[in-house]
Parts: sequence; C-alpha cells; structure tokens
Amino acid sequence: MTDHSEVDTVTGKSTTGHEWDGIKELNTPLPRWWVICFYLTIIWSIGYWIVYPAWPLISSHTTGLLGYSTRASLAVELANLEALRGEKMAALAAAPLADIEKDPALLALARAKGRTVFGDNCAPCHGSGGAGAKGYPNLNDDDWLWGGTLDQIMQTIQFGARSGHAKTHEGQMLAFGKDGVLKADEIVTVANYVRSLSGLSTRKGFDAAKGEKIFAENCVACHADGGKGNPELGAPNLTDKIWLYGSDEATLIETISQGRAGVMPAWEGRLDPATIKAMAVYVHSLGGGK
Amino acid sequence: MNKTVNPTDLTLDDDNGPLYVARKKVYPQSVSGTFRRIKWGLMAFCLGVYYFLPFVRWNRGLGAPSQAVLIDLPNSRFYFFFIELWPQEVYYFTGLLIVAAVALFLMNSVGGRIWCGYLCPQTVWTDLFYAVERLVEGDRRERMKKDKSSDPMKLERICEIVLKHSIWLMIAWWTGGAWVLYFNDAPTLVKELVTFQAPMIAYIWIAILTASTYLLAGFMREQVCTYMCPWPRIQAALTDEWALNVTYRYDRGEKRTSVKKAAELRALGEQVGDCVDCYQCVAVCPTGIDIRNGPQLECIQCGLCIDACDNVMAKIGRPKRLIGYDNDINIQRRQEGKAPIYRIVRARTVVYSAIIAAVGGIMIYTLATRSLLDVNVLHDRNPVAVKLSDGSIRNAYTVRLLNKSGYDRVIAIDANGPANLTVHVIGVDSVTPDRPMVVVPRDSTSELRLLVTAPAESNPEKSIPVRFHVTDIGLGEVASATDNFVAP
Repeated sequence: MTDHSEVDTVTGKSTTGHEWDGIKELNTPLPRWWVICFYLTIIWSIGYWIVYPAWPLISSHTTGLLGYSTRASLAVELANLEALRGEKMAALAAAPLADIEKDPALLALARAKGRTVFGDNCAPCHGSGGAGAKGYPNLNDDDWLWGGTLDQIMQTIQFGARSGHAKTHEGQMLAFGKDGVLKADEIVTVANYVRSLSGLSTRKGFDAAKGEKIFAENCVACHADGGKGNPELGAPNLTDKIWLYGSDEATLIETISQGRAGVMPAWEGRLDPATIKAMAVYVHSLGGGK
Repeated sequence: MNKTVNPTDLTLDDDNGPLYVARKKVYPQSVSGTFRRIKWGLMAFCLGVYYFLPFVRWNRGLGAPSQAVLIDLPNSRFYFFFIELWPQEVYYFTGLLIVAAVALFLMNSVGGRIWCGYLCPQTVWTDLFYAVERLVEGDRRERMKKDKSSDPMKLERICEIVLKHSIWLMIAWWTGGAWVLYFNDAPTLVKELVTFQAPMIAYIWIAILTASTYLLAGFMREQVCTYMCPWPRIQAALTDEWALNVTYRYDRGEKRTSVKKAAELRALGEQVGDCVDCYQCVAVCPTGIDIRNGPQLECIQCGLCIDACDNVMAKIGRPKRLIGYDNDINIQRRQEGKAPIYRIVRARTVVYSAIIAAVGGIMIYTLATRSLLDVNVLHDRNPVAVKLSDGSIRNAYTVRLLNKSGYDRVIAIDANGPANLTVHVIGVDSVTPDRPMVVVPRDSTSELRLLVTAPAESNPEKSIPVRFHVTDIGLGEVASATDNFVAP
C-alpha cells in the first residue's frame, strides 16, 4: 500500500508518496460517487453475462438465460412490420387492377410501395426514375414495346421479356447481316428507308423504292405495314420519335446486321403478387401508360 | 481603472474563494406586502392557465377536435381557439418566438428582470414549493433550527418531511399531468389515465415532468437561475442605466445604524441612514443574497425585499421604499439634491415596442388573410423531361393540394404557360379533358401526379415558366404556384 500519511504543507493535502526529482504528487482520489458507479457497472456486467449472450467459446458462445439473439429479434420485428402492412397490402391485392389508380389512398400506397421496389429491383437497368438508357426503355414515355395498358405492363413485369419463363414475351430482331439474309448495301438501303419512315434525313442517292421492297420482304412480318410495330412481338414502332437503340444510320445498320434481343427477367416468384400489382400501377403512373 | 498590483502583495487568500462551493441552503422568510400580493396573484393566474387551459372547449364543428388549445401531433395540427395551424405554417411560431424574445428585452429595459421575478416557471413553481415548505415545516427560523438539529428525528419530524415531499410530488405530478393534456383530448385522456388505459408515452412524459418539477422546484431552486439559466448573462448585456432594478437606495440608507442611535444622532442634527441593519431583506430573499451590496447576478428582482423593508420602515416611522425599483442615475441625482427622473420612453423601449408591433402586426395580417386553399408543386427531376412518340415534350410534377377548410372541395387544375400545354392527372378521368378536377376532402392534403405536355410544334425553349392555378369550382377560391417546364 502507498503511504498517504505525508501531508503537503502548502495545500494541506496528503501526497501519494510518489516522488520525482523532489516533486511529490498530491493525492487527489476519484470522487466517491464516480468510484461507486464504476463498481456498479462491474456488478451490472456480471448480471449481463448471466442473462445475455456474452462469452465466445471455441465453437459457439454462452447463450445466456434469456436466450436472446439479435437474429430472432430481427425476425420478430420483420413479422411485426409485415403484420402492420398486411391489412393495407391485402386491400391492394384484393382491388381490381383498373380501380387502384382511381382510389387516392390505394394509388398512394401502390406508388410508395412501387417506388421502393423499383429502386431495389428495376433501377439497375431502367434507372432510378425509370428514364431508361440505350437498350433499356424509358418507362415515362408513351412508347411501349410490349403494350402500355395496366394489364400489359403487369404481364411484362410478371413474365419478363425473353426471360426463359414459359409465359414470357417472345420475338426478336433477327441478325439480317450476320446471318447472311441481307447484303451490306441492302442493309444500308433499308436502314435509310427506316429513317425516312419517321421523317429523318436519308443518304444521298438512296433508292426509296428498293428500300420499301426490302422492308416489305423482310421486316413487315414483325414491324407491320408501314413500320407501325407490333406489341405482340415486341417489335417497335419505326415511325415515331422514340428509338430504343438510336436512330442514326450507323446504329440502325448495326441493329439490322446484328439483331437485337434485350432481356427482361420475370419477376413472378421473386416478388409476391400484391407487390407486382403495386409495381404495375407505379410504372403505369410514371407516364400514364398508353 | 486597473490598479497595478505588486505580485508580492498577492496572497493565497486574495481570490474570491474556491471555484466550486457547496450550496448554502436558502430559507426565505414569509413576507407580506404589495409585491408579495402581486406575486400571489400572478402565480394563481399562471398556474390556473397552465392547469385548466386544456379543459377549455371550443366548437369547431363535427369531426374536428373540440379542445381550445391542442397540439395534435399524429395529425400534425395545432389548434388555438379560432386558429388552426398546419406544419407548413410553423413560421407563425417563429414570429411568436420573436415577439416573446423582444417582449423579454422590453421588460428588461423597463423593469429589469420582471420576467425572472414574477413569471418564469422556475420562479412560480419554486415559490409554490417554498409556500408548501413553510406551511408544513414552519417559517425561516424553525426550518433552520430543524435542519441544524443533530438530535435523532422524532416521529413528528419524519411525518413533516414525508408530508412535504408528498405534497411536492403531487404538485409535480399535476404539472406533468397537465402537460400531456395539451397533446390529447383532455377529458378523454384524464379518463384513460385514471383507468390506466392511456398510452405508455403519456405516463412516461408525466414521469419526466414530475421528476423535473420536483427536482427543479424542490431542490435546485435558485441554482437554476444562478448557474443554469443563460438569461441573467444575456440581460446583463442588454440592460442600460435607465432600467429600473430592485435597488437599495444607499443615498438614504447609509450609514446603517440602530433605531436608537439614529434618533440620538438625528437629534444632534447629524446625517444618518434609514437602514437599521435588521437583515429582513436578506431573510426573505429567495436567492439568499444581500440586496444592499448592489445589483447582483443572483438577484431575480422579485421585490420581496422591498416588501420586507417597507414593513420595517413603517414600524420605525421612516418613509417606505428604502429598497425600491430604481437606478443609479436617480441615486446620484438625489445625492446632488436633484429630483429623480424616470425615463420609461427612450430609444431602446421605443425600438423594442416597434419591433413587437411590427412582427405582431405582420402575424395578425397574414393570419387574417391566410388562404384556406393552397398548392405546392415539385418538378420531377428524374427524368426532368420526356420526349413522347409524336415528338411532344412532357414534364411530370408532384402537386400537393391543401384544403384547410372544414368542407370538401372540388378543385380544377390549370397549367398556363407560353406553350399550349395540356394537363393530365394520374388516376383522374376528367369530364373536361383539358381541365382535370379532383376532390380534396376537408382539412387534408391530396398529392397528385400531374403530367404536363407541350405539343411538338410549339417547340418549347430550354425552360419556360408554368403557372399552376387551382380553383375551387364551387367558391371560386384560387391558389397558384409557379414552376418550370423543361425541354430534354
């Protein structure tokens, strides 16, 4: 034990008895309340070890008398959250798809749910605001490859496009150049013809009649008469101002030569039906569908 | 002036004592008089308002709360008699706080810390707790004697202590109880509280406020004013030499002497003071100071020492107000044989009053003319603009309609801008195609997704202003908001 008997004459305090070069340290103990609190925390920790998981063992850990685990607690909270949402989501699931947008409360719910689910699942391709990118359609406009009604949007979300699902949308743009169906000069001609359909400029010396003939022989089957497109096959309307991959001649030549077959995964099975319904309403509400 | 001090003259005792001293318990003596009566009156008024205001009813019609003053947090509404405020209108509270702060400054420049002495909750509740203490344990001398006594406690003393703390806790509990009533329908909540069916949060808040009242008014008392409250420091910086503070008129009081000696000296025609050093001003002081040492940080200027001194002056037949609301200027003037002057109207008080009048006027004006229909528009940023298949441009907006009235409204929405714009609201099949109409229920908001389209031929500039008009088609009331229409 340290000797506290020596008293410093100037301050009247006892010293710790430690001395450095003739300088002695005054004994200034911690306040009693502090020390008591300190011991109380030690006692508290012993109680904590007994009731809560605390000590790591070689292959596991002490579990404590309460059997508490953060994972179980999370499961309970998630279940509570589900229960909390359950009633409203059930109302959404029960409502006919066409009526959801007419009910402000259901619309708000579907949009709120849809926005978060969209952010988690769809944003990587379509962008967080659904504005799309090259090859990934903008969902805010009125041009819909596979149809823009609520039912059509929901079907696309459920089964995807070229996703491998039994009910998925099928149909693709063939690789006319790579597969040798059209020769290089024919591709250039038909590319210019396609540009002319939506009033874009064409190359000098472009033979419109030849282009029309090539188009009629090769493209009309999917893109329909006059290039108006066919949502059954996902064939885009070639007469409008919206181009999924681009409308310049080089891109069109690439499209015609190499073909196009963008894939959207099927979400049935990954998202529950009520969520898919909310998604359909959300996506439809972005631009009002078509 | 700084006096040069030779370091060798300094001794260890030359400071004002240690930095931290244990509190000396204050035992204020009971006193009667003008200021005590004012304090009782104000205490009754303040506590009466605080405890009973939640029970005042106000008819707002069916479906709206009938409590005159209610902070409805779940529905984000604040009700104050005929006023109903929404969270968007929180600036009224800013205005109220400005008025309150400047009113405090004004009080300070007129009469020093009248707020502290008469109206501050800390003073009001501490005063009440002292009254209880006096009632149970007796006046100053008895309490001092009982606290000092080292004899083992007798049953009577234990009962006294228990009784005092029980009454304190009861008052504190009512304080917390009244607090939660401002956030709920008071009669309903009282019923729930009594039957233990109220939400846990209500009990928690009552417990918190019970504890804080009990501690602050029962134990910490004047230490809150001296050490915790910033106002004494702020007010010291805001005050000026004309402010009337509780002042010991040393021009009249000095030299202090006994009644007998004073009479003798006066008979000889000598100048003596009126102060007889009876220490009554110190005995009644709730912060335990001696006002005769001049203005002090601890003084809350409650005026009780004025009452105590007046009583003594009356007894010894000298004029009252040896201690009174006064300032040093007048002391100097009296010493020079001039009449005292009181200047309540001066630049400082005029400016404060003008600020109060201006802010108050603006608040009343905006409150009287505030619209019960409002619209907020938020332009979609992602994407800001969309090109449609026919080449026209579309922008999407989130529009929030606010119907602050007590009835449902049918609202028509128009978007006006340089281009020929068409409007579509998601989920609304409009009877009039270019003018969508929606129903906004009473006392609520509706959030809409609005699509505005400009035709390809009108070729919008990079950005054009759009004005959104919302019209109550029944009453013709109009609100509008401006935003931009952007080309991709």
